[in-house]
Amino acid sequence: MSEKHLVRKAFTDALLAAAKEDEAIIALATDSRGSVTLGDFANELPLQFVECGIAEQNAVGIAAGLSNAGLKPFVCSPACFLAARSAEQVKVDVGYCHSNVKLMGVSGGISYGALGTTHHSTQDIAWMRTIPGLQVIIPADANQMTACVKALCQSEEPAYVRMGRGAVEDVYGENPPFHIGKANRLRAGTGLAIIACGEMVAPALKAADALGAAMYDMHTIRPLDVDAVLEAACCGRVLTVEEHCVAGGLGSAVAEVLCQRKPVPMKIMGLPNEPLYNGSSDEVKEHYGLTAEGIIKAAQELMK
Amino acid sequence: MKDLKKIAAQRRADAVTMIANAGAGHTGGAMSCLDILTCLYYDVMHIDANNPDDPDRDRFVLSKGHCVEGLYAILADLGFIKKEELSTFSKGGTRLIGHPNNKVEGIEVCSGALGHGLSIGVGMALGAKRTHRGYRTYVVMGDGEQAEGSIYEAAMSAAHYKLDNLYAIIDRNGLQISGSTEEVMALDSIKEKWEAFGFDVVELDGNDMDALVSYFHSERPAGKPHLLIAKTVKGKGLPFAENRADWHHKVPTAEQLTLAYEALGVKGAE
Repeated sequence: MSEKHLVRKAFTDALLAAAKEDEAIIALATDSRGSVTLGDFANELPLQFVECGIAEQNAVGIAAGLSNAGLKPFVCSPACFLAARSAEQVKVDVGYCHSNVKLMGVSGGISYGALGTTHHSTQDIAWMRTIPGLQVIIPADANQMTACVKALCQSEEPAYVRMGRGAVEDVYGENPPFHIGKANRLRAGTGLAIIACGEMVAPALKAADALGAAMYDMHTIRPLDVDAVLEAACCGRVLTVEEHCVAGGLGSAVAEVLCQRKPVPMKIMGLPNEPLYNGSSDEVKEHYGLTAEGIIKAAQELMK
Repeated sequence: MKDLKKIAAQRRADAVTMIANAGAGHTGGAMSCLDILTCLYYDVMHIDANNPDDPDRDRFVLSKGHCVEGLYAILADLGFIKKEELSTFSKGGTRLIGHPNNKVEGIEVCSGALGHGLSIGVGMALGAKRTHRGYRTYVVMGDGEQAEGSIYEAAMSAAHYKLDNLYAIIDRNGLQISGSTEEVMALDSIKEKWEAFGFDVVELDGNDMDALVSYFHSERPAGKPHLLIAKTVKGKGLPFAENRADWHHKVPTAEQLTLAYEALGVKGAE
């Protein structure tokens, strides 16, 4: 079994390293320096750190203003609040203005487990991927996050990046190839292609190995790698897996391509668009079959 | 010495002509804040149409973005955009839509979703502090806009970071789309509220050019952000529109346009 690492820690370590080289990089927190693991950043680079208090709308607006001042802001906040509370600031101040603001949604999906619906962010991908000009990225593990931060620091595009809270099994070794908008095909296969993102990549990869299926890590939901989706469809069937409600997320993005360009039998695995089962993050995933075993079962049904 | 009052009268005529041509616009609010905009753009701010991206330029945010007509007229007169473009206002394919957008030269940010401008202004002012630049940031808000809660998140942070390079201005014309601000959602002790948030607050007649000039050139207290409550008249300069809530977005007829030019003492749009 592979080692597990915190993706959020990989993010803040990479951001701190980048910010030491580039003083335009500036991190914003919403009383979230603990949950994001930004404590070292705040202590070491206080002039490149802005505490906004528990005020997500203001944090995103301030970030847009900082970007106008020539800085490179990263707003670091729990995904549930960053995506929902400040949605209009994201739409207007970041997307419409095309501000160089990186929105870093931490503890996304159902990371907060039994804290419940207020703290789940299971609609964020649906909202964010419809905002013109905004990139949407969900790294699969800590190593990919490190590579992602390097790419973000080189880019002037606005982006929403979602990561989880708990330790995630490594999918990649150190310094994996990472290009925004370019999916990674992790396995070739026949009969079925699995397309997953974020924390679902590790269990989906195990399922793909068990099934001899092709496997794609679609870390960028927007801009979607349409060529990779069409290539995946050549396997004849497509199964998507995401830690997000089944409406509007990765599966929907893939379906939008396939139904218009290459219709094949497909199944979208994710969370139902209804009040969720209560429990720890792992228990909720188990309940909805978002595990290697659950993915294998769903794949076998799709293959019938 | 520029005659700022004359300039303001001409920009009012330009703006009201744009609205009449388009058959759409926010006449009342565009007129009430026009002296503030004229004072800032022609006398106070350091900006240059030939160098619109100068990192040291002063920043302006029209948070009450619906009152954009006067801003377009000013940007055209100062050479940021071409005067001919004003006639495209609100028409098919135009860049000059009914709210500011930053594809237009001289406009910093897209605004018009109310309650956003001050947060952005805080970021600009904080950015100046962190990058050791001396520019100032000016944000014009509406008084109806004061009901938006995000403004007070921004106010808290402006005082927390001691942004004495930030000037917030409330265009206090007393009216909003549904009627008087006090009937719709009472603002009442607006001065005390902002003072409690840690701002240096001044109240003056926002249609009095001399008062505006002297305020913006005055020495202000260090270590705190500034708030100007500019008491204005909605529809200022247009006799048929002054102090009337229905002129929030009413459009002048050809006859009223002539009346407007007469009252403003100008021949027409420039």
